[in-house]
Amino acid sequence: MSTTTTDVHSHGGHDEHGEHNPYHQHHFTTMEQQFDTSKLGMWLFIVTEILLFGGLFVGFGLMQHRYPGEFIEAHEHLKQDVFGSAFPLYGAINTIVLLISSWTMVMGVNAAQTNQQKKTVRYLVVTILLACVFLCIKYVEYAHKFHDGLLPGIFYAHQSEDLIKGTHGYATFFAFYFMMTGLHGIHVLVGIGLLSWLVMRARRGDFTSEYYTPVDLVGLYWHVVDMIWIYLFPLYYLIS
Amino acid sequence: MSNHTESHSQQPESHAHHGGPKIYTANLFALLFLTIITVAAASFNFGSANVVIALAIATVKATLVGLFFMHLIWDKPVNSIIAIAGFLFLGIFLMFDFLDVTSRNNFPPRNMPNMENATPAPDSMNPLKTPAPRPLEPAPAKAEEHK
Amino acid sequence: MEPVVTSGARIGDRPRPKKNYLNETKGIWSWMTTVDHKRIGIMYLVGTLIAFLLGGIFALLVRLTLLTPAHKLFGLQVTAETYNRFFTLHGAIMVFLFIIPSIPGSLTNFVLPLMLGAKDVAFPKLNLASFYLWIVGAVMAIASMIIGAVDTGWTFYTPYSTTTSGTVTLMTAAVFVLGFSSIFTGLNFIATVHKLRAPGMGWFDMPLFVWGMYSTAVIQVLATPVLGITLVLLMLERVFQIGIFDSRIGGDPVLFQHFFWFYSHPAVYIMILPGMAIISELIPTFSRKTIFGYRAIAYSSISLALVSFIVWGHHMFVAGQSQLATVVFSALTFLVAIPSGVKVFNWLCTMYQGNISLETPMLYAISFLMLFAIGGLTGIFLGTLSTDVHLTDTYFVVAHFHYVMMGSTVTAFIGGLYYWWPKMTGRMYSEKWGRVTAVIWFIGFNATFLPQFILGSRGMPRRYYNYLDQFQPLHAFSTVGSWIIGLSLFMSAAVLLASLRKPADAPDNPWGGTTLEWETSSPPITHNFEDQPVLEHEPYDYRPKAVTH
Repeated sequence: MSTTTTDVHSHGGHDEHGEHNPYHQHHFTTMEQQFDTSKLGMWLFIVTEILLFGGLFVGFGLMQHRYPGEFIEAHEHLKQDVFGSAFPLYGAINTIVLLISSWTMVMGVNAAQTNQQKKTVRYLVVTILLACVFLCIKYVEYAHKFHDGLLPGIFYAHQSEDLIKGTHGYATFFAFYFMMTGLHGIHVLVGIGLLSWLVMRARRGDFTSEYYTPVDLVGLYWHVVDMIWIYLFPLYYLIS
Repeated sequence: MSNHTESHSQQPESHAHHGGPKIYTANLFALLFLTIITVAAASFNFGSANVVIALAIATVKATLVGLFFMHLIWDKPVNSIIAIAGFLFLGIFLMFDFLDVTSRNNFPPRNMPNMENATPAPDSMNPLKTPAPRPLEPAPAKAEEHK
Repeated sequence: MEPVVTSGARIGDRPRPKKNYLNETKGIWSWMTTVDHKRIGIMYLVGTLIAFLLGGIFALLVRLTLLTPAHKLFGLQVTAETYNRFFTLHGAIMVFLFIIPSIPGSLTNFVLPLMLGAKDVAFPKLNLASFYLWIVGAVMAIASMIIGAVDTGWTFYTPYSTTTSGTVTLMTAAVFVLGFSSIFTGLNFIATVHKLRAPGMGWFDMPLFVWGMYSTAVIQVLATPVLGITLVLLMLERVFQIGIFDSRIGGDPVLFQHFFWFYSHPAVYIMILPGMAIISELIPTFSRKTIFGYRAIAYSSISLALVSFIVWGHHMFVAGQSQLATVVFSALTFLVAIPSGVKVFNWLCTMYQGNISLETPMLYAISFLMLFAIGGLTGIFLGTLSTDVHLTDTYFVVAHFHYVMMGSTVTAFIGGLYYWWPKMTGRMYSEKWGRVTAVIWFIGFNATFLPQFILGSRGMPRRYYNYLDQFQPLHAFSTVGSWIIGLSLFMSAAVLLASLRKPADAPDNPWGGTTLEWETSSPPITHNFEDQPVLEHEPYDYRPKAVTH
């Protein structure tokens, strides 16, 4: 038994049919192998995202365990007055916006897979618009916090009686609030950038049922952004 | 590219695609429904179970997103394994941290003397009554001892 | 197409191709923009070795300062602050700029795709990005030393790190960037191992080096993000006082240690697993014998990676962690001994009745076995709760982790460098002088760190500037040992660099290895193999030619 070589699979850049896809990289034997590899890499990246956010979630959980009362009092400030009762209006709307954007994203991926190029562009544009809506609502929410002085660490300047400055816990709650929603917001911004790039390429006609890897991978990224918000929403806006 | 025509129906071609608009739309409605449930559940007071309920519903939602929107249910199993590994190791991190912070005061040393009857330590040994950390060379005190 | 050299042959019989990865394109720009894993590996090698030199200089300065209790360095008085900077920079550079990126970035980058019969890693551009992130991180780390000072130790423990002045924030940001470099490397290797194996190569046909590096990559991907977020929290705590780690503003300093060690304990295995991976290649090759217990070694690599995630609390036995957590972590720590022991016994069984030839890489491999045995067994003392309370933060700990990180990983790294040097450069080094460096290394290492076990058990605390006069002889012994280590390393550099002056003379398979990297030319062509290799025999098949067909 010895090692032999064969040239059946050689001359990368061409698959067995001899067709050459312009996006086929030389070190992969087939387009399918290339797609699977990209997808595997994206999932590994998603795991790093989960653990990056996860560290903040663990920190939040431990600090909530340390200051349970303060955290509950502070979280009331994330609610708005809706018909006379406190309701996390901004958080709830944003949850719905992101869920719908996840749906438009996956429809966009589906359109790209099935060669419906105009549809792909349309769904991607709607996804971008929904992401912008999310950020606008976030902006309004942040503006209120800035106005009330509900800011992290040294910037904490809330004046009223209920959340007294200098008491541990309140500033920590808002520090975590800004860190986690802020990091999430940065991910939304990056997502908008990636989606715009996809729209540009989709309009150019780059994506076919043979090659739609970037749409698929950005889709995965976008769903992770949604998934993180699915956990952020109850932890920040609903815990009582 | 112009040679690809627009078509509005699923093409039965070599690349088998799973999922499809119907499943995605159904999934979206399931997610919206669960959002309403989680908001409604938060308005009741179940005590400490509120957190558990909220996180359980969030996990169901995240699973739905993963399985259908992210295609895990149709994908090669390796991708699911990777995703689960991420959550699993996060769980390990969370579990041991909580093991520590929730049990910090559980076990006082067994041979700890009964503090009520114990003679109080001299002030010099009490860190609360010693204002500053002691300097490395206790020069003046030594000089007095020698007298 | 030529038949490939049968396993066991010492000299390749193919003519050397004129074009290889080193001379196919020329100029600095062709290197800066390359996506060839072999060139990136060489650039990583140069970079990490420069970091090793820098960290080594600080190590020598630390030892020289401790030579006498008078703290004189070439006649100049060294202040306690300066000493703190010395050991911090030694630790931070060695850990973050050298040990963690060195074997994955340099040797593995070069060898892993060759071993798998692949043309490149899965994501070549990401590979280059990882190297540039390393450069950015290194520049930031060095800038933080020049602009100001970092005196927290490489562990950045709070509350000191949140209150001390100096450039801790910049250093932390540097480590954050280096973390992402490490993540990208690991991600790349996992995808490569999953998807780019040669036709016919199943999971259990992979060389054990690949198994070791796969396990390392799993840790890099799973643990490093938590380090990233920990460092972000530390920076924010310093800048905005968010109140998570600093007890003055309501934080929990022990929490920082949890966050830090959740990464940094697995990071210890990011350091040792590549060393074990190299040894798993060296031992069968130079024993001319099939590896004993292939699957056991493969599984032990994976299980080491997994176990590494559930033992981090043993760094915090006396740090204020709860007693329950302390007991649980101590008990779990003993699990580490099982896969480590499995590996060592399998290596020894491989050597048993093998046809051992003591060439330079094998001498380093044997050094590894002895040093790792000491380093590993003293780890059990430290994992045991009752002895650890006595030994925590003493020189015993310092000696223990140097035996593991330096005595094991760096020994394996140098051994691996000697082993693959002919493949990387196409040149053989002086075998005689190579062996001399290995012997001097072994002597110097033990002279430096064995006394530190004694110092530690007698109560010499680590990181202290002052020490009692009675410790002076052992400190002096240790310092002299550090000079011997330095001598060995400079000789190794000379031996290897001297070989570059000769014309290319290395055969394709100088050691008679059976893994795929020996079946291409030395140095390899740009696309690694003339034709896609197909694996048809199990790994480490050292049976004579006549038995195989």
